[in-house]
Amino acid sequence: MKNNEKITMQTVLKAIVGSTSQVILGKQTQVKLSLACLLSGGHLLIEDLPGMGKTTLAHTLAQVLGLHFRRSQFTSDLLPADIIGVSVYDRATSAFQFHPGPVFTNVLLADEINRATPKTQSALLEAMEEQQITIDGETHALPKPFFVIATQNPKHHIGTFPLPESQLDRFLMRVTLGYPDAQSERALLKNQAGRHSMTGALIKPVCDVNTLISLQQAVRNVHVSDQLLDYLQDLILYTRTQFSTGLSPRAGLGLRLCAQAWALLEGRDFVIPEDVQAVFASVVSHRLAAENSEISKQILERVAIR
Amino acid sequence: MPKASLKNTLSPTNLLNKQHLYWLLASLALILAIHTPNLPIWVTASCGLFGAWRYFAVNQPLLMPNRWLLMLLSLLVGLAVLLSFKGQFGRDASLSLLVLMTVLKLLETRFIRDYIFTVVLAYFLIGNLFLFNQSMLTFALSIPPLILLTATLIHVSLKSPQNWQFLLKLAGKLLLQSVPVMLILFVLFPRIPGPLWGIPQDAYSGMSGLGDNLKFGNISNLTLNSSVAFRVQFKGKLPPNNQLYWRGPVLWHQNGNEWLMPSKRIGLRNEILATTGTAFDYTITLEPHNRNWLLLLDMPTLAPAGGNFTHDYSAVSNQPVRKRIRYSASSHTNYQLGTALGEREQVLSLQLTEGENPRTFELVKSWQSLSAEQKINKALQMFREQPFIYTLRPPILRENPIDEFLFDTKRGFCEHYATSFVYLMRAAGLPARIVTGYQGGELNPNGNYLIVRQSDAHAWAEVSLQGQGWVRVDPTAAVSPERIEQGISEALRDSDELPLLARGDYPLLRKAFLNFDSINNSWNQWVLGYDDKKQLEFLNQLTGKKLGLSDLVFWMTGAIVLVMLATSYFLFRQVKAKLNPAQQVYQQYLRKLKRVNLQPNTGEGALDFASRAAQSLPSYQQQILQIASSYNALQYSEQSNDGVQSDILKQLESLVAQLNIKKP
Repeated sequence: MKNNEKITMQTVLKAIVGSTSQVILGKQTQVKLSLACLLSGGHLLIEDLPGMGKTTLAHTLAQVLGLHFRRSQFTSDLLPADIIGVSVYDRATSAFQFHPGPVFTNVLLADEINRATPKTQSALLEAMEEQQITIDGETHALPKPFFVIATQNPKHHIGTFPLPESQLDRFLMRVTLGYPDAQSERALLKNQAGRHSMTGALIKPVCDVNTLISLQQAVRNVHVSDQLLDYLQDLILYTRTQFSTGLSPRAGLGLRLCAQAWALLEGRDFVIPEDVQAVFASVVSHRLAAENSEISKQILERVAIR
Repeated sequence: MPKASLKNTLSPTNLLNKQHLYWLLASLALILAIHTPNLPIWVTASCGLFGAWRYFAVNQPLLMPNRWLLMLLSLLVGLAVLLSFKGQFGRDASLSLLVLMTVLKLLETRFIRDYIFTVVLAYFLIGNLFLFNQSMLTFALSIPPLILLTATLIHVSLKSPQNWQFLLKLAGKLLLQSVPVMLILFVLFPRIPGPLWGIPQDAYSGMSGLGDNLKFGNISNLTLNSSVAFRVQFKGKLPPNNQLYWRGPVLWHQNGNEWLMPSKRIGLRNEILATTGTAFDYTITLEPHNRNWLLLLDMPTLAPAGGNFTHDYSAVSNQPVRKRIRYSASSHTNYQLGTALGEREQVLSLQLTEGENPRTFELVKSWQSLSAEQKINKALQMFREQPFIYTLRPPILRENPIDEFLFDTKRGFCEHYATSFVYLMRAAGLPARIVTGYQGGELNPNGNYLIVRQSDAHAWAEVSLQGQGWVRVDPTAAVSPERIEQGISEALRDSDELPLLARGDYPLLRKAFLNFDSINNSWNQWVLGYDDKKQLEFLNQLTGKKLGLSDLVFWMTGAIVLVMLATSYFLFRQVKAKLNPAQQVYQQYLRKLKRVNLQPNTGEGALDFASRAAQSLPSYQQQILQIASSYNALQYSEQSNDGVQSDILKQLESLVAQLNIKKP
């Protein structure tokens, strides 16, 4: 990679993080994590109580990255066709015409994904995995890049269909926002940030689809040394020996990718253990069925860096 | 969603689950059950109580006692032990205290660390079984708790739960695998002559054997005991049963009801022994009896190693026999002992308390004119022809016991016959004395050796005849010839309450017992009897060289040190080989920071550690952060061949070399 290319890339990344953080105050880590997830090409699950800025985060990211954004509010009567689209008979052409659903976009915000029925959920999850949908024997590719940012409310379970572990594994990361600190909250209350500021002229795309794709390529080029892979494998092995179900190979691969993305965000072209540790809780805790990041913290405190 | 947790790790403060506690409770219950005979009833009962408490507290954590209650309980238990053993803090009291405290420890066992501690205590309790008894049975009994306890330990250390069959099997396998190591150590580990540490005095309280005096009832009490007194292996032919007199203490001094050994101060002359005929060579394995007697066949010609003869040819060892010993000896059944009686011996062997047993003296008056042999025959004839009965349960004799026995009750055991015979002889002017010991023995066809039991205890008489010396006369033979010819079981058949194993009935049981005893005998010879001497003997045979204890210690220590050095070298090399140059320099840097008490935590990366260190050492912030980033670059960035790497390494080296932290 040439040096000036490197520098532009860093400027773009800084601008993305900076712009998003202007809307989501005091949550730079979560913003960076979400960005790392998108740069790794993975889907993101944001889990928090209502009103914590889940939707705002998703929306802002899409806008800053200059991506096409669709939002779908999941409810219990939502059908798979409402997500992926439907073929309708067109009398004029005497043929079935495919009407694409909201899934045909760059960033799909699946709001309150656990309110939909398992049938609908799996239709979406299938699309997430395959990056394409098949309807009436016809395959339609989804636009590139394609991200799903799903949100779910962890606490209020009445009338919900919690995602099973196997489907949680499809999400590369799970991020929790949490309450803002006092300073950010004050700024928020003073109308200096939040969702309304997004619609104003404040947020402009700092990136386009092509840049994003080259950034994703750059993530894959971040060097991972053998020593680091040792550490990564130690971590994975530890979860496998200490839990009834440990981390899957897909999780391990995701962990590596996210660590690479994090290293890029930190302005490095190689991964250090701290990068792995930074993304570890978000990548791992939902796969280990842990309610909070306490377990991942304990794992990190027990596995030595070689 | 089920909450995940880091389960089953051996971190000391991890909480236990129910399964763990049930395993431990089961192991302790088994150990306690085996220890029950060694404990007072109240100790077993309170242990059961505390165990039950812990059992119910498994599901009701609120039932766990708090610290103060536990302290109070420990104090009370300690006090109870002190009172129960009347302040004698020996083996029995220590075991009681240890058992109680182990069970009380359960009541504060919440974490792995207490758990492991209790398991180790339980292992110790199993080992304590051998302080009481070292028989094969005890060994066999110690195996099930050993397996259960090991399974308990495995259960707590395993990461994923397993069923009990698997755990027990694995524990058994582990213990089996440790057998070769155990055998090697057993055979080769240097044996220190004598006990390694003092076993408290009360450890010998349960031993039985011949006393150093004779009262009515002494021997008949001993006869009720079926335990083995000693075993004899003859090198060649066995003497006939009626020659099997095993000589113990010789009693000279009469004092009312009691017969005693002569005081050493009297200074009796050593008797002279002359033997003819063939010698019987044999080896005796003597069970501990806490006295000095070494029993030998009448008449022994050589004192066994570690002992010597008294003037009257009973063998005594230098120390009380407190563990099983083996000695070889040689005896002749044709002999002449002490032909010429000295003046002191003459006086002592005629001594009688004055003014007792007038009817006996009256009887003997009529024998005045008879010769010595006639006097003996007269007395034996009396026993034979008058209705004397050989019984284990004679009536109690009060004043003038000999009179009462000879003229009124006429029912007695060998001690009655021996004492009254010697009394008669002395009254009639013939020097006589009592010999105590064992008579007979049972041949075990498996292994071809004699088992002599406490129930074979016997007393007989020796009379000194002019020109012939001390001649053995067994008055019991006159009353009950079966006793001498066939053993006590025949003599007392059906009439008296002999111990089961000393009786002749139940041939199958008898056979089973004889089989068991021959195995037990080998166990005694080869396992328990494997002492310093046997070890050296064995090793000398093995190596063909003459080794001493010091050689053994030297070689053993050498071998252990070598193994340890090799292991640590191997481990150290493994660690060292793993470190690349950057890591070696980094270790140097870590050592420097360690001097100011800064150490990376487990899982703390170089950068995180550096920022933490920089916070407490602000003046070195730049250097420290630089070192961390150089190290990271060396460790984790792409390796290229353009020399950049070695430049960074040099830079790191100089940075670390320059880092000179002064303590604030």
